[in-house]
Amino acid sequence: MAEVKIAGIRKSFGDVAVLHGIDAAIADGEFMVLLGPSGCGKSTLLRIVAGLETQSAGDVSIGGRVVNDVEPKDRNIAMVFQNYALYPHLSVYDNMAYGLRVRGTPKPEIERRVQEAARILELAPLLARKPRQLSGGQRQRVAMGRAIVRDPQVFLFDEPLSNLDAKLRVQMRIEIRRLHQSIRTTSIYVTHDQVEAMTLADRLIVMNAGHAEQVGAPLEVYERPASVFVAGFIGAPAMNLLRARVAGGRAMAGAAALPLPLAAGLDEGREVTWGVRPEHVELAPGAAEADVEVVVDLVEALGADTLVHARLADGGALTLRLPGTTRVREGDRLPLRLPPAALHAFDAASGRRI
Amino acid sequence: MASPRRSTDLLPHLVLVLGVAIFAFPIYFAVIGSTWDASTIGRGQMPLFPGPLAAENYWTVWSSGEGTRIRSTPVATLMFNSLVMALVICFGKITISLLSAYAVVFFSFPLRMVFFWMIFVTLMLPVEVRIIPTYEVIVNLGMFDSFAGLTVPLIASATATLLFRQFFLTIPDELVEASKIDGAGPLRFFWDTVLPLSRTNIAALAVILFIYGWNQYLWPLLITKSRSMETIVIGITKMIGTGEVQNDWNLIMATTIFAMLPPVLVVVFMQRWFVKGLVDTEK
Repeated sequence: MAEVKIAGIRKSFGDVAVLHGIDAAIADGEFMVLLGPSGCGKSTLLRIVAGLETQSAGDVSIGGRVVNDVEPKDRNIAMVFQNYALYPHLSVYDNMAYGLRVRGTPKPEIERRVQEAARILELAPLLARKPRQLSGGQRQRVAMGRAIVRDPQVFLFDEPLSNLDAKLRVQMRIEIRRLHQSIRTTSIYVTHDQVEAMTLADRLIVMNAGHAEQVGAPLEVYERPASVFVAGFIGAPAMNLLRARVAGGRAMAGAAALPLPLAAGLDEGREVTWGVRPEHVELAPGAAEADVEVVVDLVEALGADTLVHARLADGGALTLRLPGTTRVREGDRLPLRLPPAALHAFDAASGRRI
Repeated sequence: MASPRRSTDLLPHLVLVLGVAIFAFPIYFAVIGSTWDASTIGRGQMPLFPGPLAAENYWTVWSSGEGTRIRSTPVATLMFNSLVMALVICFGKITISLLSAYAVVFFSFPLRMVFFWMIFVTLMLPVEVRIIPTYEVIVNLGMFDSFAGLTVPLIASATATLLFRQFFLTIPDELVEASKIDGAGPLRFFWDTVLPLSRTNIAALAVILFIYGWNQYLWPLLITKSRSMETIVIGITKMIGTGEVQNDWNLIMATTIFAMLPPVLVVVFMQRWFVKGLVDTEK
């Protein structure tokens, strides 16, 4: 086990810069998730850590050793790929044993480790099969088994669940979490799925267009997004974001006067992006207690929750997540309370949190 | 309701039977011819049923090659020469093509595409086109009238290289990377992963290339001089005279049947692999 340090990593493919200087320190035994939309450079960063891609600038160190010029096989890492990358002509057992065999591990030791990994991953009955005789979930377990038997310092996961169907994805997510809790190997996990990120991560790095927008624990990122991008990316349905101008202690979004967040000391006339999560909007008991009034556009009753798409007086859209028991119909006027503690303000120009 | 089905089955079968008959008849003719004596065939009265001399004719061409009017190299020698040539060409081509395709696909080196196109362009230069310079080179290298001279110029193969290249391109990058992380170097990856994955392709190609090598005519004709170096295809040609004397058609046909056997056996025994190699991708 080891910590991984990423310092000032830049990467360009020809003229195209993909990573603009990423810094991160992943603690020993930590599960770090790289989260971002496709094309944000998260996979490239992972591949640089693996040594499959060479950075244009910056250092990667694993366990205190700078590995910039170290071959992937000597970095003591194991990687799980999106399409599993199992050797199609080898049995499950041989797939897991291959890395050990190449390294000249003694046979009894290989046998012991493969059986152990098979036991953890419940692959024991499948050891003699070929990958093509396995389902997607089983293949992914074999890919993880191949990583486990090596007992590496770091696990790297490159969107390992993207090829699985939704139900299996949930199940495998739990298995990965459980696996990490039992073996505690430092892990870096790339995904574009925020639910995966939130549930698996000890900490996560939210990436956008080659920048690390925010590094933090999942709830911290959810509660205090560092930028408009993170605010909009984390959480479903996405946070309501409105352009507003500070005037008379309120945020004026067109004709609607919205309350301001508690903490922010905002100058008069400042342009801000004002945000509130759908789940933090409350129904006010009456018009007198309301901060703002909306007209319901569309109702999505999901059972546990009801999603309400509504419009402010001047047409700005606002999504609310109300308890499933709430009965709302299209065209209703709803008085809303916006608790100041749950409000966010971002600088309109830079997109950073104020 | 059975009758319309029967008639739709009948027509294709009729066509197939007809086709087989057209293709098989000359071969039947050769088999029959090889069981009579030379004068029966020479009179132009070709029987359609087997004669009494099968064993004798086949034994004659196999061991001595001495007929009543012609003398040729024994078929045993001819077959051996052809077999060596076909096998060396076949395995040589596969080895060279595998390695060059591996280099072109999995490594990036300066002028990679230039090399690839150089290989590709040689497709436009079959043996016949470059036969004179090749002959000159082989003679100067002292390989005239030898197995090396017979096989080496035919080993380089753009077709096989391209075929393997296309196959290698379908091997996912992740497999290469997984192998790198598992610690396998380039040779290990080739041996442990690429080669096993290519085996159906190799088998299919081996069938084609063996027959290609076995059927070589023009090049062996030029590059061999002594009778002991002749291949069976050349041997058959030399048995057919220019017209001054009667040919020993019975012996020629027996030799032809011998010449046909190895390719037929290869196709029969490799058929399963051959078809698999053409249709199957094990990924």
